[in-house]
Amino acid sequence: MAYQVPRPKLTIAEKLYIPSVLAGLKITLGHLVRMLRGKTHVCMQYPEEKWDANLPEHYRGAPTLVSDEHGRTRCVACQLCEFICPPRAIRIKPGEIPSGDKFAKVEKYPEAFQIDMIRCIYCGLCQEVCPEQAIFLKKEYAINGTSRAQMVHNKAKLVEMGGQRTGLVNKWNEKK
Amino acid sequence: MNAILHDLIDPQSILFLIWTTLAKSAGILCVVLGMVSYTVYAERRVSSLIQDRLGPNRTGFPLGLFGNLFGIKWRDWSPILGGLGQPIADALKLLLKEEFTPAFVKKLYFWIAPGLGIGAAIIALAVIPFGSKIWGVDMVIANVDIGPLFIFAISSLGVYGIVLAGWSSNSKYPFFGAVRSTSQLISYELALGLSVVPLFLIIGKLNLVEIVNYQVQNGWMLLPGLTAGKPPTLQQALLWVPTLLAFITFTVAMFAETNRLPFDLPEAETELVGGYHTEYSSLKFALFFLGEYTAMITGSAFIVTLFLGGWHCPFIPDGSAFSVGGVLFGLINIAVFFTKVFGVLLFFIAIRWTLPRFRYDQLMKLGWIWMFEVALINIFLTAFILAFVR
Repeated sequence: MAYQVPRPKLTIAEKLYIPSVLAGLKITLGHLVRMLRGKTHVCMQYPEEKWDANLPEHYRGAPTLVSDEHGRTRCVACQLCEFICPPRAIRIKPGEIPSGDKFAKVEKYPEAFQIDMIRCIYCGLCQEVCPEQAIFLKKEYAINGTSRAQMVHNKAKLVEMGGQRTGLVNKWNEKK
Repeated sequence: MNAILHDLIDPQSILFLIWTTLAKSAGILCVVLGMVSYTVYAERRVSSLIQDRLGPNRTGFPLGLFGNLFGIKWRDWSPILGGLGQPIADALKLLLKEEFTPAFVKKLYFWIAPGLGIGAAIIALAVIPFGSKIWGVDMVIANVDIGPLFIFAISSLGVYGIVLAGWSSNSKYPFFGAVRSTSQLISYELALGLSVVPLFLIIGKLNLVEIVNYQVQNGWMLLPGLTAGKPPTLQQALLWVPTLLAFITFTVAMFAETNRLPFDLPEAETELVGGYHTEYSSLKFALFFLGEYTAMITGSAFIVTLFLGGWHCPFIPDGSAFSVGGVLFGLINIAVFFTKVFGVLLFFIAIRWTLPRFRYDQLMKLGWIWMFEVALINIFLTAFILAFVR
């Protein structure tokens, strides 16, 4: 059975339609004028203006490798992050530190450390699992490249992005 | 040899007529096609400003690619003219896209359709006077005595482009678009033609140059008191009412004719995917696009010629004087005409974001029950005023 929709009673002005067209034009042109006078602030001119200052404390961006106060990459190539990484974005090739070295006690270092940023899902598990506090997610989100190869961050790039961080747990201290 | 040279500058000779007409055609084609690309830009920019966005404001002219040519250090212009290079980038993109013809289309008509669409829109420009006179040459490509009829006839041919495209695409959404376009044309062409009859009753001529000249002497049809420099007579004041009615019906019908919102049913994105040009790509799509906006410019130019005084601007003389000043005023008149056209185009764009699309039955009802009747009554009203009020 058809359901009868009650139609609203329109006044003559509404039926003529032209007053409502003018009212609508007033709204649209009002928006135009407000925009032209710079009263509307909605758009952010992205590459020049960035939202970085407003990023929350817990923001998870690109994972990076940090160095300690001696300039040593904190990573000891334990490969825990490689194992936990859900999309398997991390590839580590461990290397041995020779016995005469200042940090011989550490035993291992990453000879190669690659994070495939196409695969990375920014979950932060690598940061969480790292026993050395060597891998941190920075607030870096503009990651780009023109080829797949460029999207793979190698060790040099990761260390450069990570920078130096002090005041972290330090279990390789000479005195210990 | 001397005879030919003499012919070239003799206003009475056929050779003079040919080369001036060719020059005018080339000029108007360049101006209008340039205007089309910047109308698209204006459409995108104004639309986004109305919607509280910024729109394309980045693409400049990549002059930096020249390097150090001619000893000048070329720089990219984008920071200064932000966004003005967008039409060029758009055109390049459309040209370089893959030209794809689906296997199920009817090839011949599929290929003819885009050309028909744009051809009709451009040919209609031939009779529109876009300026007064420069060095004694009328600034109209074809000064014919049937101007409006010519435009009506040619611009309704444009719908064949849409219908052919929809039919030859051989798929359902383009076909819907084509059918809608046809019925829209039938319901609006009547109102479009009838709505300007009062104007021809008042002016008594069908030559667009004469129509503009009438408005130069008696004030623009829409603003008779303000632009003539003399107070209007009682008859003129009374005739303003039917002129306004004619203007409204004509403009609404013109929106329908050019498939602009709120009457863009043939290509309603939300309902018909892309409408009649769903199956088109690359240059063929670009031609439809171009045709649509050229039709918009032709329509605006027609409105300006009929109602807004054409190239006339109060206190600026026409360019009929044989002097440097005369040529200068002639050029100013052309600029005034295109400024007015651009104003009407901006109105088209503002309306686009003001009104929602009409439902199909509402469109039919508006066309047949309101516009057609209003236009008819308007004719009798005008005739009555002309006959009984002196």
